[in-house]
Amino acid sequence: MVGRLRLAACLLAGLALPGCLQPAAADPPRRVLSMNLCTDQLAMLLAAPGQLVSVSYLARDPAASTMAEEAARLPVNHGLVEEIFLARPDLVLAGGWTAPGAIRLLERLDVPVEVFPVETDIAGIRANIRRMGEVLDREPQAEALLARFDADLARLADAPPGPRPRAALYEVNGYSSGSATLAGQIVALAGFDNVADTLGLPAGGVLPLETLLLSDPDLLVEGHRYPGQARGQEVLDHPALKALTRDRPAEAMRDPEWICGNPFILRAVAQLRKARLALERAR
Amino acid sequence: MTAPRQPLLIAALSALVVALFLASLLIGPAGIGPGQSLAALLGRGDEMLTLVMRELRLPRAILGLLVGAALGMSGAVLQGFLRNPLAEPGLIGTSASAALGAVLAIQTGLSAAFPLGLPLAALAGAALSVLLVLALAGPRGGTLALILAGIAISALAGAGTSLVLNLSPNPFAANEIVFWMMGSLADRSMLHVGIAAPFMGLGFAALWPTRRALQALTLGEDAAASSGVHLGRLRLMLVAGIAALIGSATAVAGTVGFVGLVVPHVLRRAVGASPARLVPASALGGAATVLVADIAVRLIAPGRDLKLGVLTALVGAPFFLHLILKTRREGL
Amino acid sequence: MLELRALSLHRAGRPVLNGIDLRIGAGEFVGLLGPNGAGKTTLLRAALGLLPARGHSSLAALSVRERAHAAAYMPQGREIAWPMPVEALVALGRIAHPHSAGSTDRAAIERAIDALHLDPLRHRRATELSGGEQARTLIARALAQETPLLIADEPIAGLDPAAQIEVMRLFRQLAEQGHAVLASLHDLGLAARHCTRLVMLHQGKIAADGPPEAVLTAGNLGRVFGITAHLVQGPGGLMFQPLDTLRGGAL
Repeated sequence: MVGRLRLAACLLAGLALPGCLQPAAADPPRRVLSMNLCTDQLAMLLAAPGQLVSVSYLARDPAASTMAEEAARLPVNHGLVEEIFLARPDLVLAGGWTAPGAIRLLERLDVPVEVFPVETDIAGIRANIRRMGEVLDREPQAEALLARFDADLARLADAPPGPRPRAALYEVNGYSSGSATLAGQIVALAGFDNVADTLGLPAGGVLPLETLLLSDPDLLVEGHRYPGQARGQEVLDHPALKALTRDRPAEAMRDPEWICGNPFILRAVAQLRKARLALERAR
Repeated sequence: MTAPRQPLLIAALSALVVALFLASLLIGPAGIGPGQSLAALLGRGDEMLTLVMRELRLPRAILGLLVGAALGMSGAVLQGFLRNPLAEPGLIGTSASAALGAVLAIQTGLSAAFPLGLPLAALAGAALSVLLVLALAGPRGGTLALILAGIAISALAGAGTSLVLNLSPNPFAANEIVFWMMGSLADRSMLHVGIAAPFMGLGFAALWPTRRALQALTLGEDAAASSGVHLGRLRLMLVAGIAALIGSATAVAGTVGFVGLVVPHVLRRAVGASPARLVPASALGGAATVLVADIAVRLIAPGRDLKLGVLTALVGAPFFLHLILKTRREGL
Repeated sequence: MLELRALSLHRAGRPVLNGIDLRIGAGEFVGLLGPNGAGKTTLLRAALGLLPARGHSSLAALSVRERAHAAAYMPQGREIAWPMPVEALVALGRIAHPHSAGSTDRAAIERAIDALHLDPLRHRRATELSGGEQARTLIARALAQETPLLIADEPIAGLDPAAQIEVMRLFRQLAEQGHAVLASLHDLGLAARHCTRLVMLHQGKIAADGPPEAVLTAGNLGRVFGITAHLVQGPGGLMFQPLDTLRGGAL
């Protein structure tokens, strides 16, 4: 069963990941180091006390991580091979966005690395939770987490059949995401059709502001504003966008819940679901 | 005779700019018909269309026109003053320094606290670089000194810009390096027009009267000074004007290279090589060039925010090579 | 026309000009002579107010605008930065008169073009002309400025003999028509033959000043240029022929 699941996870990733080719270790890993924000959070959810020796520095950033408080109690790394190697982990957790060069170098140094693919839908999240349970030798905890996740999901995904209101995601630099992305999945789960899909951006891309305006969405989901300044953030304050949201609802993305595929996405689903219910009441 | 051709040239260029301005208004990802678009611009028809025309397309077209005119005019004036066809705000590091000023204003929060902080900081950056270039490679410095000074200033300012953006707490700031180096007019608003236009006006006003002096400089500084040109005053007007134009253009559109190099070069023959006549012609030519480039980025890669500077460099860099070959042939 | 009194200029603590007194009036064609480094260009530029100097220069004392009405200057090297047509270059002389009427400008330009026989060349690009034709264009530019005084720095350097003679003759004619001309020259032979007066500059001081035969003496030539020369009154003017360098002379 476990082997088949492993295989499924590997096939899902579509890659010959190193972890897929090796038999599962007999002993549970004792010094696990995570170098990716998403594996950080999954590992913190599932690891036994003391099993996780370090997470990435991003896990402490409340602007990106849902578990900043938990991460504050752990040492952090910056994804640099040297510091990772010197921490003598017996397992390194990496994500789909981790620099391939760093992973290759760690493997050359005989450090076992498990790469978790980027989650873009519920199946991907479930597969990663299961796999995290396996590599940490914490399968019961993983199954319990999955059961809670499924139950919460079923409670939130209550959109009635029939025509759905339309939402548009509009993020920094005019970026929008469609159903082939995690953010798009959140929108869909909350009971919205996504404007980006009808405009041919299922995998996400730059949505020209004028196209957004003329698409006339029922709900605008604005990207998260980070501290500090960036020109790309200016577009969120464009007068034309302000004019659009003057007489229609807008929600702001709380990024930690939108970045990584883990049970915390359900908070974002809940946020948008509430907006949908308000829209339905207003009709 | 070249003189009667001048009004003709200016009229033709003006017509071209008007046509391109209209084209810029009518071309966009939304694909609205021309009649509907213009009606919406005048406030008739769908409210959302009016919003698109007035708040998105109009500022973009206005900025394309202004930024292009600023780049073209600056190039013509710099070339006339330094008597060097390679003088150009991009090449001599003025644009890069203006970008550094703008980035500093944005990252320190100055521009958020005080709307004029952005153009003023860009202007200060531009002014500093023009002063540096004049000090390092003034009219007697020659081409080599000019290019070396330009490379040094550009590299320094570019590195400063990257450093500031990389140190920003905002995860998106580092991506902005591309904008500051390649320029774009995407998603500009009337706020940007409001920021840039007054400084551009001052810049055009400062550079316009320098034409007579630029003409006199054809025979060198001494000849110009002895025919009534106030060189000190000219230098002041030039620095102030170029800083105002390049500073405000860069603050709203990033660095758009090569326009100030190519446009005066193409038009020089048509104005009988007169540096004075080149000034208005290059302003119009620059406006036309940037409008064309901005229309092209929307047609080639709609919805991808292809940078303006990519196109101008694609056209401009081969031109630069041609100029080098020509210079070598002439043994200069 | 031009009056210099005790004009001095120091560069890096060394005197380049040292108490120059000079007065030039209408009708004079003054050749400014001196070996390389004697300070000829510096003297001309300081007199025009292009270089700050101590002492008095009647030109430097004027405002920039007034100065442009008093003297036209042809700098060394005949720089022409852009391939402008001859006519447009001649018209640059009118920049000194920003408030004059278009017809006045036109007439001045045409007079200058006629005087230098530039009519056949008026639409040619100046950068494509021969050295002699360029020199004529630049003189026409100076004439179009319509000033009583003309100052030229090495106007015949690099020209062929015919062009040199042509330029010298033209300056002489201008002097005879009532202008004053001050030109720095290296060709002592042409200077002797065409100038009405010579000024010899040596180490920043005027070593000799007067009619050619009084300046080009064996003593002055030996002291200032380190050469011996032959000078005779020939048909149509002075004939000057350098012969040899003196031991321990200029070189």
